[in-house]
Order: sequence, then C-alpha cells, then structure tokens
Amino acid sequence: MAQPKLVNEEKNHVDFEKVESSPQFKKLMENKKKFIVPMTIFFLVFYFLLPISTSYGTFLNTPVFGDITWAWVFAVAQFVMTWVICSIYVKKANTFDKDADQIVKEQIERGGKA
Amino acid sequence: MDPVVIILFLAIVLLTLVITYFAAKRTKSTGDFYTAGGGLTGWQNGLAIAGDYLSAASFLGIAGAIALNGFDGFFYSIGFLIAYLVVLLLVAEPLRNLGKYTLADMINSRFNAKRVRGAAALSTITIVLFYMIAQLVGAGALIQLLFDIPYWIAVLIVGVMMTIYVLFGGMIATSWVQITKAVLLMAGMIIISFIVLLKFNFNIGAMFTEVKTATSHGADYLNPGIKYDNPLGTISLMLALVLGTAGLPHILMRFFTVKDAKTARSSVITATWTIGIFYILTLFLGFGAAIYVGQSEILAANPGGNMAAPLLAEAIGGNILFAFISAVAFATILAVVAGLVLSGASAFAHDIYGEIVKKGKATEREQMLAARYAALGVSVLSILLSLGAQYLNVAFLVSLAFCIAASANLPVILYTVYWKRFNTSGAVWALLTGLISALVLVSMSPSVFSPVEGTALFVGNPIFPLDNPALVSVPLGFLGGYLGTIFSKEYDFKKYAEVKVRANTGYRSSN
Repeated sequence: MAQPKLVNEEKNHVDFEKVESSPQFKKLMENKKKFIVPMTIFFLVFYFLLPISTSYGTFLNTPVFGDITWAWVFAVAQFVMTWVICSIYVKKANTFDKDADQIVKEQIERGGKA
Repeated sequence: MDPVVIILFLAIVLLTLVITYFAAKRTKSTGDFYTAGGGLTGWQNGLAIAGDYLSAASFLGIAGAIALNGFDGFFYSIGFLIAYLVVLLLVAEPLRNLGKYTLADMINSRFNAKRVRGAAALSTITIVLFYMIAQLVGAGALIQLLFDIPYWIAVLIVGVMMTIYVLFGGMIATSWVQITKAVLLMAGMIIISFIVLLKFNFNIGAMFTEVKTATSHGADYLNPGIKYDNPLGTISLMLALVLGTAGLPHILMRFFTVKDAKTARSSVITATWTIGIFYILTLFLGFGAAIYVGQSEILAANPGGNMAAPLLAEAIGGNILFAFISAVAFATILAVVAGLVLSGASAFAHDIYGEIVKKGKATEREQMLAARYAALGVSVLSILLSLGAQYLNVAFLVSLAFCIAASANLPVILYTVYWKRFNTSGAVWALLTGLISALVLVSMSPSVFSPVEGTALFVGNPIFPLDNPALVSVPLGFLGGYLGTIFSKEYDFKKYAEVKVRANTGYRSSN
C-alpha cells in the first residue's frame, strides 16, 4: 500500500462516497469480510472452548500420550492455530493489497471521478 | 552480591545508554519522538512489540504460575498469544492507516471532537498508570531480591533509567531498548529450556511424568483447576486477556512506528512468532522450576512465585546463568516501562496539550517540549505512586489494565472502523462506560475486598464475585457505544465513507 503523492487530492477534492460505492471497492470489502469474519469467529470459538471445557468438564483430562492429556494437546493446538491463521492471512492480505493499490491508483488519484 | 551479576547489570545499563545517546542525536521532530519517524522495518517493529509486551509479569510471573499451579498457569500464555489474532485481523492495519501518534488520533480521524479525544486520553492514562504501577512495584521487589538492594533504590534505578531513555531518545531509544531486550529474553528462554529438555533427553513425555510426582499437587498438577476453580472467573479472565491486548495504548502506539499497513502487518507476524515461541517455552521453565527448584523453595523466595525462573537458572546453570537471567529480567522491566512512559506522555502532551488545549496549533518546538515535560511528569508520578505501593498486592493491576483496554478502547476502535452509524456520542459513551464499569467492578471484587486480612487491599466481603470483571464490563463497553450512538441523532455517512476508504486502502492526505 504505497502512500501516493497528495497533489491530486489537493487539486481536486476526492469524492470518497463515490469510491466507497464503486464496484471495485465493494468487491474488496466483500473479499475481506468473507475472510476476516469467519476466521475471527473460528479462532474465538476455538479459544473459548478450552477454558469452557476445562471449567465445566474433566473429559480433557484423559491421557493421549503417556501423561500428556487432551487439555495439553488442545492448549498447544491454540499455538499452532495462531501461527496457521497468521500464515494464511499474510497470503490472503497480499491479494487485498493489490486490489487496494489499484483502487488508489485508478480512483482516488483521479479524485474519485473514474 | 556476585561480581558477575554486577558486571552484567552494568553492561545492560551501559548498552541502553549508548542506544539512547545515538537515538537522541536522531530525535529531531515530534514524529521522531513519538513514532521513530515511522521508519522501523517490519521485523524491527515485530521484535519491539515482543519487547514491549513480554513484561516481567510474563517472564517471571507465568514461569512461577506454571511452576506453582501447573496447567492453570499456562492459561495466561495462551490468552496473551491468541490476542495477537485480534490485533492482526481486526486492529493493526486500519489503526496504522487512520492514526498518527495515538489511539485518540485514530478515533478522531473520524470524529474530530475534543470530548472523544479527552475520553480516549483519559482511558489511555488510566491504563498506563495501572500497568506502570504493577510493573514498577514488581520490578522493585524483584530487583531487591536479585541484587539485594532496598526497594526504594530499586524503583529509583528503574525509574531514572526509563526517564532517560524516553526523555532523550524518545521512540527510537525505546524501540531499540525493546529490540535488544527481546533478543536477550529469547536467548535466556531458549538456553534454560534447552538445558531442562537436555536433562530429559528431549523426551517431553518423560518430563510430564516426572513433574507429576514433583509437586504437592500430585497428578492434579497436570490438570486444569488448581487455581481457577470458578468457571465464570476463568472465562472472564480469558476474555480480558484475548481482547485487552488490542486496546493497550503502548502496543497500539507501536503500529505508528512503521511506514504503512503492510509493514504493520508484517510486524504483527514477527511479534506473533516470537511471542508464541516465548510462551511455549514458559512451559519448560515452569515445569523445570517445579522439578529442579521445588515449590516450597519457590514460595519461600517469593510468595507470588516470581523467583521461579531465576532460581531455576541457578539450579541448572549455576551462578553465571543466574546472573544472566537476572540481567535479562532487569532489561525486560526497563523495556516495558519505557514503552509505557512514552504512551502516557503522548496522551498528555499530544492529545491533551497539543490537540485539546492548543487546538492542534502548537509549534513544533512547543510540542517537543510538551512531550518531554509529559514524559518526565509521567515518570515522576509513577515512581512516587510505586514507592507508596510497596506493600500492596498489585498483581491484579495488570489484568485490570487488560480489562480496561478490552472494555473501553477495543469497542471504540472496532466501532470506528466497522460501524457506519457510529457517532461522537457513541464514542464517548463506549469509552466512559467501559472505563468506569471496569474500575467500579474491580473496586468491589475479591482483588480489593477479601475477608482474610493481607490478601487484598481491604478486609471485607466482595460485592462482585469475579476477580476480573471483563465478562461484564466488555459487553457494557460495547452496549454503551451502541446506546450512545442510537440515542443521538448525529451521523455522518460521508465521513464514514472516507474513513472506510482510508482504513482499507491506506490512502492518506497530507496531515
């Protein structure tokens, strides 16, 4: 997301409402939403399942490997989940960046008049 | 005192002063002072975030909590890490795209109202002061133990050091102190974990089997429930941890030190990997301490368990490792409090003085002076408060700071970026409802009132049952913002269109 020179905005005022209602921008928002909302719901549910299941039950106390129980496996899975989501997001965000740069170039620098 | 301890201690003091000297020469504008001129790279800022975030409470507190309470201690590690997904997916990039120096800047990119800025500055200052007192009191007690010097001298040493970094070197010095500390801390963690694992021939299963018989808890040590036996209390704490980070002023401020949202993103990634590895390693420190130091000895050194990590270092690596880990703990404290001073100073000098009193018309020279006076003021105030708080049990202040951040700051950040109808009165309501409800509920909680003398600030029965009120105060913060918005007729869809476009494309005007 380069920060473009500001000359254009000063010369002709950007119509942000027009940019916002452009199909290009709407598509970007749609794509972001389709990724971020389900991911956020997923990681919050995954996270709260741990304290909820340890607080209201003891079924996670059954061993998996030797003395390591499901509670520990679930706890470590939280770390793995965090790193996996980070990596997926970075990939995904690169496509968002491209779309955003295009919107800046094609619409805003022309004063939202494209 | 051991000469090795003194040498390493002085080495850290010297190193950070050299950093500050060079940073001071590069600090010429308010932009340099608050945000290092926005010139940090992704990995630099990522390490600085880790250095800013991993406090002595994380390093020493969690190692101790795991050593004493087993699985329950590890809850903190998990919450503190997952919080970065909230930062990454919802907060970091729009924040970078909309803000300049402070959280209030970001909210005011949409509203430009003094009362919003004032409320945001108030919540920032409250969080910073609580967090700072917790850090300084903890630091004083710890340095007293590590280096065998009186509490007030320990607090003064840390206080003077943090003041010097921020006063002269601003964000550049603070960032590099944090980066240095992050590297030292990770090195210390990896060395201890490696030695612990080596003793078990890298058989983690064997370590679990050993620790099962090493403590007075027996097999229960490996199961959840030793410390957190109140389900709602546990969930409330976990809520504060996961949502609080994304509202902590000193963490949010770090995102203004990079040039754009893409770099902000890559710094969160570096931070998340570093912090994640750190918190995994807390497990080996905690178990190691339970096995090689033993719970009774940990408790004898410090009832909060804070000495578990240094004692483990001594038990498995002798004096040299003990000295190194003590020095790392010292560096850890310095890096965190410096970040706090800076974010507190920015709220006073930039938000209250520069934008509210001077209406954004202060000259560069005035702004710089104000920033330095504010840094000095925040430092002196927190040193004085901490000197008076030596005998108070302040551990709960950290989770209170997270709770206020989650209840007051996060709702406003999310509404500002994502809710079209949101307005000025909603922003003030969200901030104040979150802040006040967290404070009031904590003041009635078991952290403040306990029937057993000496375990809390006052003797008495708590009116509110949860130690950490996030489960109630976070929804109240969101509700306050919602009601404040819909009860006011004000709306500005045109401005929101601009905010939305800027937040998502990184497009900026000249300000």
